[in-house]
Amino acid sequence: MTELSNIRNFSIVAHIDHGKSTLADRLIQMTGTVAERDMKAQLLDSMDIERERGITIKANTVRIDYPAKDGQTYVLNLIDTPGHVDFSYEVSRSMQAVEGSLLVVDSTQGVEAQTLANVYQAIDANHEIVPVLNKVDLPASDCARVAEQIEDVIGIDASNSIHISAKTGVGIPDVLEAIVTRLPAPKGDRNAPLKAMLVDSYYDAYLGVVVIIRVIDGVIKKGDRIKMMKTGGQYPVEKLGVFRPQMQDIAELGPGEIGFLTASIKQVRDTRVGDTITTEKKGCEVPLPGFKPSIPVVFCGLFPVDSAEFDDLRNAIEKLALNDASFSYEMESSAALGFGFRCGFLGLLHLEVIRDRIEREYNIDLITTAPSVVYHVFMKDGEMIELHNPADMPDLSKVDHLEEPRIKATIMVPDEYLGDVLKLCQDRRGVQLDLTYAGARAMAVYDLPLNEVVFDFYDRLKSVTKGYASFDYQMSGYQEDQLVKMQILVNDEPVDALSIMVHRTRAETRGRAMCEKLKELIPRHMFKIPIQAAIGGKVIARETLAALRKDVTAKCYGGDATRKRKLLEKQKAGKKKMRQFGRVEIPQEAFINALKMDD
Amino acid sequence: MAEDWRNGGFGLYIHWPFCMAKCPYCDFNSHVSRSIDQKAWLDAYLKELDRNAARTPDRVLKSVFFGGGTPSLMEPETVAAILNRVGQLWTPANDQEITLEANPTSVEAGRFQAYAEAGVNRVSMGLQSLRDDDLRRLGRMHTVAEGRRAFEIAKDCFGRVSFDLIYARQDQTVPEWKAELREALALAADHLSLYQLTIEAGTAFGDRYERGTLRGLPEDDDAAEMYEVTQEICAEFGMYDYEVSNYAKPGAESRHNQIYWHYGDYVGIGPGAHGRVTMNGIRHATDTWKQPQKWLDAVAAGTGENLVEAVSPTEQANEYLMMGLRLTEGIDLERFNQIGGRALNPRTLKELQDMGMIELESPYLKATRAGRLVLNAVIAELLLD
Ligand SMILES: Nc1nc2c(ncn2[C@@H]2O[C@H](COP(=O)(O)OP(=O)(O)OP(=O)(O)O)[C@@H](O)[C@H]2O)c(=O)[nH]1
Ligand SMILES: C[S@@+](CC[C@H](N)C(=O)[O-])C[C@H]1O[C@@H](n2cnc3c(N)ncnc32)[C@H](O)[C@@H]1O
Ligand code: SF4
Ligand SMILES: [Mg+2]
Repeated sequence: MTELSNIRNFSIVAHIDHGKSTLADRLIQMTGTVAERDMKAQLLDSMDIERERGITIKANTVRIDYPAKDGQTYVLNLIDTPGHVDFSYEVSRSMQAVEGSLLVVDSTQGVEAQTLANVYQAIDANHEIVPVLNKVDLPASDCARVAEQIEDVIGIDASNSIHISAKTGVGIPDVLEAIVTRLPAPKGDRNAPLKAMLVDSYYDAYLGVVVIIRVIDGVIKKGDRIKMMKTGGQYPVEKLGVFRPQMQDIAELGPGEIGFLTASIKQVRDTRVGDTITTEKKGCEVPLPGFKPSIPVVFCGLFPVDSAEFDDLRNAIEKLALNDASFSYEMESSAALGFGFRCGFLGLLHLEVIRDRIEREYNIDLITTAPSVVYHVFMKDGEMIELHNPADMPDLSKVDHLEEPRIKATIMVPDEYLGDVLKLCQDRRGVQLDLTYAGARAMAVYDLPLNEVVFDFYDRLKSVTKGYASFDYQMSGYQEDQLVKMQILVNDEPVDALSIMVHRTRAETRGRAMCEKLKELIPRHMFKIPIQAAIGGKVIARETLAALRKDVTAKCYGGDATRKRKLLEKQKAGKKKMRQFGRVEIPQEAFINALKMDD
Repeated sequence: MAEDWRNGGFGLYIHWPFCMAKCPYCDFNSHVSRSIDQKAWLDAYLKELDRNAARTPDRVLKSVFFGGGTPSLMEPETVAAILNRVGQLWTPANDQEITLEANPTSVEAGRFQAYAEAGVNRVSMGLQSLRDDDLRRLGRMHTVAEGRRAFEIAKDCFGRVSFDLIYARQDQTVPEWKAELREALALAADHLSLYQLTIEAGTAFGDRYERGTLRGLPEDDDAAEMYEVTQEICAEFGMYDYEVSNYAKPGAESRHNQIYWHYGDYVGIGPGAHGRVTMNGIRHATDTWKQPQKWLDAVAAGTGENLVEAVSPTEQANEYLMMGLRLTEGIDLERFNQIGGRALNPRTLKELQDMGMIELESPYLKATRAGRLVLNAVIAELLLD
C-alpha cells in the first residue's frame, strides 16, 4: 500500500512513431525496473505484430519505483499508448485511468494530427500535460520551432517542455523529476467502499482472463468477493498483482494504484471495459461514468481459401475476439466464397492486424473481401436497416433512401503538398471545414464520407505527400446521399464478393478502375473473359481479358522431369489458391486489390 | 508395370559440363574452366558407367547422347574410350543412335572426323542464329560463316546432322524470322531444333530482365505468331513438327529425345545428369552432384549420385503426361492409366476438348496446335492430384 501523495499515474501519448515506447524503455531502464540484460528496444511491444511493424497496438501498463530528488520514493504507473488512429480508443480509455500525460513530440517533425487528437483527449480528461520534445540527438531536431508550434497550434504552454533523446537517454532524469513535481497525485479514500475502474482485460492461456484495474476508493485484497456493477458478475479475487512489466503478486491495491486481478472469469466478454468493480457486499453506490464504447466502423468478409478450414477459422476468430472487444464478427455465406465471417474493425490497420494474426498464428489462408462501412438503408415502410455488406442490399423498389457515415478528418501537411491534399479530399467528396496555417504547415479539416476514406485514403495521402502528412479522424454522423450498389460480372457471372456501394457520381470511375485492375489481377485463361461493372443490370464499364496466347516450355530439359513436373504441379497448386467462378479462377488477393485506386 | 521402361526404350545420357564461355541466356550446367584433366574425367565416367550397368543388366541400349555444356570440347580419345566401354556393358540396338552436341567453332570442327571414327553417328550443332549481330548478342564465340562451314564439315562426317536455332530474340520481327528460317531450312538436312528464347532466372539475361534492361523481347502475341509461322514454313520444307520445338522429315526424329518423351528409362551420367531407371520393377529418379569437382570427388568416393528415389505411380503418370503431350502424336491413355493406376478427369478432358485444346482419338490424347501453344496451362489442368 502506497500513500496517495507518493503515487503518480500518467499516460505517454504522441503521434505515431514519435517515441513513446522508446521513452517508456528509458524510464523502465533508468529506474532499474528491469535488469539491464533483460532490456530490449520497445520492451512493452510484446506482440509479434507489434515487434514486426514497430508499432504499439495495445496500451501497456508498468509500475516503477522512483527515488526522487526530494528523498522520497514514488510509485509511478505509466501507460504506453498506441499512436495509430485506429487504436485511439485505447488512448482515451488509458487516460481515464491516470491523472497526467507526457505529450511526446518528435522535435524533428513537430505537431502532427494525432498529437492534436491526443492533446484534446488529455484536456478533456482534465490531465496535467507535460510536453516532452524527443529525438534531440538527430541533426534535424529543432526544439525552439516545435515549442512555438505547440503554443500556436495547440495553445498550451511549452516554455517548460523537456528536451530529451529517448534513444540516448539525454533528459530522462528531468522527465522523471517532472513526473513527480508537475503531475498531481491521485485522490481517493481508503476507507470508502471499493470503487475500481475496469481499464482493460485480456485472455492469458495460463491465468485465464486478466483484468486491469485502477482503484479509485477503498482497498482490494486477494480473496475479496467482487462485483461488476454493469454486468452484475460476481467473483472471488484469486490473484492480485502489478506489472513490472512482468506480473508480480501483491497483497492489496489501494486508492490511486493500478494493477491486475484474476478471478476465474471465463471469457473476456464477461468483463466490460469501463465497468466499475466493487465488493459484493457493502459496495459503492454510484458507478463510474464508464467509457464511450468503441464501435467497429469498417467491415469486411473473411473467408478461408480452403473451405475445409472454416471450422479452424471460426476457432481462430473466437479466440482473437476474446482478447479484443472492439473486434466483432458474425457468420456470413457468399455464393462465390462459401462460408466465412463478416467482421467489424476500428479501421484498416486493425483489419490488417487481425487478418495477419489469423493467417500467421492459426495458419489459415484467407480471402479478404472489399472493406465496407455501415450504411443506413431506409425502407419505404419506415424501417431502417444497417447494411454491413453490399451483397445484402435490399430490393431497390422497397428502398426509400440511404445514408452513409461521415467523418471529420484533420490533416496536417507541409505547405508544398497542400494542393495535392486538397485535390485528394475534393476527389473523395470532401467538404472543407477549416484551413489554417502554423508556420510552413497547414491544417485542413474536412468533412468526408467514411466510405471514401476507409480503403486507401491513408495510403494515397501518404503517397501524394511523400509521407509528410498526418491524419486523424472522428465519426461525425450519418447523411443521406446518392448511393448505389455496383456489381462486378466476370465472364458474365456476378461475383458477389466484389460488389461495392458507391456514390452515383463516382460509380463510373470506380467501375472502370475495378475492371481495369481485375484485368491485371486475373491471370489469362485459355479463353477470353469479359469483365463488367454494372448498376442494377446496366453495364457502366467493360474490359476484356484476352485469352492466354503462349505458355509452353521451349527447351527440352534433358530428362530433368522432376523439376519440370514440380513446376507444373506448382502451377496447378497455384490454381487451388484461386476461387472458381464459373470457368474463371480469381486469385485471392484480387478481392482486395481490385479496389485500389491509382487516382 | 515392371516392364514399363520397355515402352519408351532405354538410353544413356552423358553430361560434359564445360564450355569456352558462358552464354548469357544459358542455364544449363556448364562451367568455364582453364584446364581440364581429361584423364581424370574419363576415369570418372568409366566408373559411373560400370556402376550403372550393374543395376541395368540385360538392357538393349537404343541411344547414347553426349550433352552439355560443350561435349565437342572432349578429346576424341575420351569419347572413344567411353563408347568402347559402353559397347562392352550394354547390348546395342541395331540402329543405335550416338549423338554429340557440338559448338560450331573451327577448333571443334577439326575434331569431327575423329568423333565419327569413335562411333558418333549424329551431331546436334548449336548454330543458334544466321545473323552475326544476333550471335554477338547471344554471346556466341562463332560467326555465321564459321557456323555454316562447321555444319558442312559435320554433314560430311556424320550420317545424321541437326542444328539448333534460338528465335523470338531481342528486336526480332516476324518477317525477319521467316527469312532467317527459310535460309536455315535451305541449309538443313532432315532435322532441326527451333527454340524460342527463354529468359531463365540466374542467367545474365535473367538479371538484365529483372532490372528491366533486356529490351526488345517480342510480346506474347508476336512470339505466338512466330511459333505458328515456324510450323507452317517447316511444313513447306517437308519438316513436320513432331515435338514442341523439334522438326524432322519422317524417320529422322531424334531417337534419344524420344526416349524422354515416350517416358522410357534412361541412365544419366556426369555432373547434374538426371536419370529415370527401373530397378527391381520400381521406377527411380536419380540425380547427381552438379558442381564438376564435387561430382569428380563423389565418384572417386563411390558414386556421383546424390539422389535415388522411387517415383510414385501418380508422379510417373504426370511425368508421362507432361513429356508425352510435347509430342504431336500425344500419349496413350491406356498406358497412362496403367502407370498411374487411375484415369484423367473426364470433365477436364471434355472442357479442354470443347475449347479446342486437345483431341481424343482413343486411346490417344494429343494437344492440338492451339493447345500446344499453351501446353503448360493444358497440362496443369490435367495433372493428377
Ligand atoms: N534518433 C532517435 N530515434 C528515436 C528516438 N526515440 C525513438 N526513436 C526511434 O523512433 C522510432 C519509433 O519509436 P517508438 O518508440 O516505437 O515510437 P512510438 O511512439 O511508440 O510508436 P507507436 O507506438 O507506433 O505510435 C523507432 O525507430 C525508435 O528507435 C530518439 O530519441 N532519437
Ligand atoms: C545444352 S544446350 C547447348 C549445346 C551447346 N553447348 C551449344 O550451345 O551449342 C542445347 C540447346 O538449347 C538451346 N538453349 C539453351 N538455352 C536456351 C534458352 N535460354 N532459350 C532457348 N533455347 C536455349 C540452344 O539452342 C542450345 O543449342
Ligand atoms: S549455350 Fe551451350 S555453349 Fe553456351 S554456355 Fe550453354 S552449354 Fe555452353
Ligand atoms: Mg509505441
